[in-house]
Amino acid sequence: MSTLVSPGTVAVLRTEARLFGREVGSLFWIVAFPVVLLCVMGFIPGYREPDPELGGLRVVDLYVPVTVLLSMIMAAILAMPPVVFAYREAGVLRRLRTTPVRPLTLLAAQVGLHGAAVAASTVLLLLVGSLAFGTPVPASPGWYLLAYVLALVVSFGLGAIVTAIAPNARIGMAVGMVLFFPSMFTAGVWFPVQAMGGLLQRVVELTPLGAASQALHQAMAGQAPDLQHLGVMALWTVVCFGIASRTFRWE
Amino acid sequence: MTDAPSAPAVLVEGLRKTYGATVAVDDVSLAVEHGEVLGILGPNGAGKTTTVESIAGLRTGDAGRIRVHGLDPWTQRDALVRVLGVQLQSSALQPKITVREALELWTAFYDDPVPWGDLTDALGLTEHLDRRFLDLSGGQQQRLSIALALVGRPRVAILDELSTGLDPRARRDVWRLVRDLRDRGVTVLLVTHSMEEAQELCDRIAIIDAGRVRALGTPDELVRTSTAATIVSFEVPGRADLDVLRGLDGVTTVRVDDRRVVVEGAEDVVLAVLAALDAQRVVPQRLRVAAGSLDTAYLDLTTTLTEETA
Repeated sequence: MSTLVSPGTVAVLRTEARLFGREVGSLFWIVAFPVVLLCVMGFIPGYREPDPELGGLRVVDLYVPVTVLLSMIMAAILAMPPVVFAYREAGVLRRLRTTPVRPLTLLAAQVGLHGAAVAASTVLLLLVGSLAFGTPVPASPGWYLLAYVLALVVSFGLGAIVTAIAPNARIGMAVGMVLFFPSMFTAGVWFPVQAMGGLLQRVVELTPLGAASQALHQAMAGQAPDLQHLGVMALWTVVCFGIASRTFRWE
Repeated sequence: MTDAPSAPAVLVEGLRKTYGATVAVDDVSLAVEHGEVLGILGPNGAGKTTTVESIAGLRTGDAGRIRVHGLDPWTQRDALVRVLGVQLQSSALQPKITVREALELWTAFYDDPVPWGDLTDALGLTEHLDRRFLDLSGGQQQRLSIALALVGRPRVAILDELSTGLDPRARRDVWRLVRDLRDRGVTVLLVTHSMEEAQELCDRIAIIDAGRVRALGTPDELVRTSTAATIVSFEVPGRADLDVLRGLDGVTTVRVDDRRVVVEGAEDVVLAVLAALDAQRVVPQRLRVAAGSLDTAYLDLTTTLTEETA
């Protein structure tokens, strides 16, 4: 093991991984539910027909980035903040401040584990989509990975806002919901961003998940994502973590 | 600046901490010697917890300075956490962590940990190793919290309300553990509401009230300063004029408990009481003289509690 990572940090990661494994609800919503949703879309016959209005793509193709993003916002906005609230309200973070391990390590472990669950979900989505419904795999893996990481980071930025501005778990749930539904919409869960068109699409592209959806879609098709989409995600990331780091309370 | 080797294990000088308009700690100074068990007593809201949390580096005072083994808890927390073990008054763990996982996790934090099996044996936790924190009773959670405070082999241990919520047997176990700590030269700061616990375990006791140290001394010294340092009790066969006793110098109270006369007063009231009885030609029977308890000393020294309970 590298000397950069202390045994305490490794132990925190291992313990939090075990605890995360006990959160069956979180694992279902992050890993399983997006796959189920993609399958439901894939089984609707009309969604498997190429649509001239979508440039020859099928609706099910558009739902691959949508379900990938759904997994991200499930993890970052709905699943992770309650863990942070529980740790803060129970005094776990405070207690850690009296040990050689920093409470930030615990939060980083939680973000890392939720991120890993999203990654597992994404691999499943790409595999199931491609094998069952013939959806494309990323034609530009490098650009896809870049857009993917930016989308994941900005999603956790939104989650960080929830944990930072809500004083307790109850208000946190409400704030989470307020952020979750617009995020679902802008990610294209009801109506894929690529099918929106016009002014609505222009506006949605300026939101974190709207930009993420467009960037993932472009990388999937083998193009470099527009700089605008990458820039929008980067900007939201800076804004979210900037606000969160100023307002987050450890106890 | 380095502290001399003879410096106390924990030094608090002129600590002050306010929250808005509320003064939590007004002016607290303490010096705790190496290997000493110092009890911190006082009514709720007196500033006990704020004081020990400032020593633990969890709060930064508005004024004053603190040194723990020469380290400043407010700026040198990375070094402090290696000499300090803390059991906080109210802190839970991850709800689904098991006792064993918590102990293994904490063990990994330290370079030279205590084998945790020793702690779970001493604290009666060994049969609960696979239970989740959520499913433990309050007393079991408390004992786990104590074990975690000690697993890093601290040189200074802060135990805040050590035995609150423990049954008498568990309390004995915990007391034995504190005595073992003292035998191994560990300095202990023990915040408690229990006079019995303070008298049993502490080398010295600090009584804090309204953010200030009202008294600091050994349990015996504190009892001696009390208005009821001595308790004289006896039975009288006939009649005696108790008002004469009430008028004696140093006598605080005279009462009759189940036909026994009980006189509480300063250290030297015994002879005065006997002389006054002799003057009435009363021969006291079944005479007992006992040292007063810490309770009265505590009540004398703290004001807010008596007002609250009145």
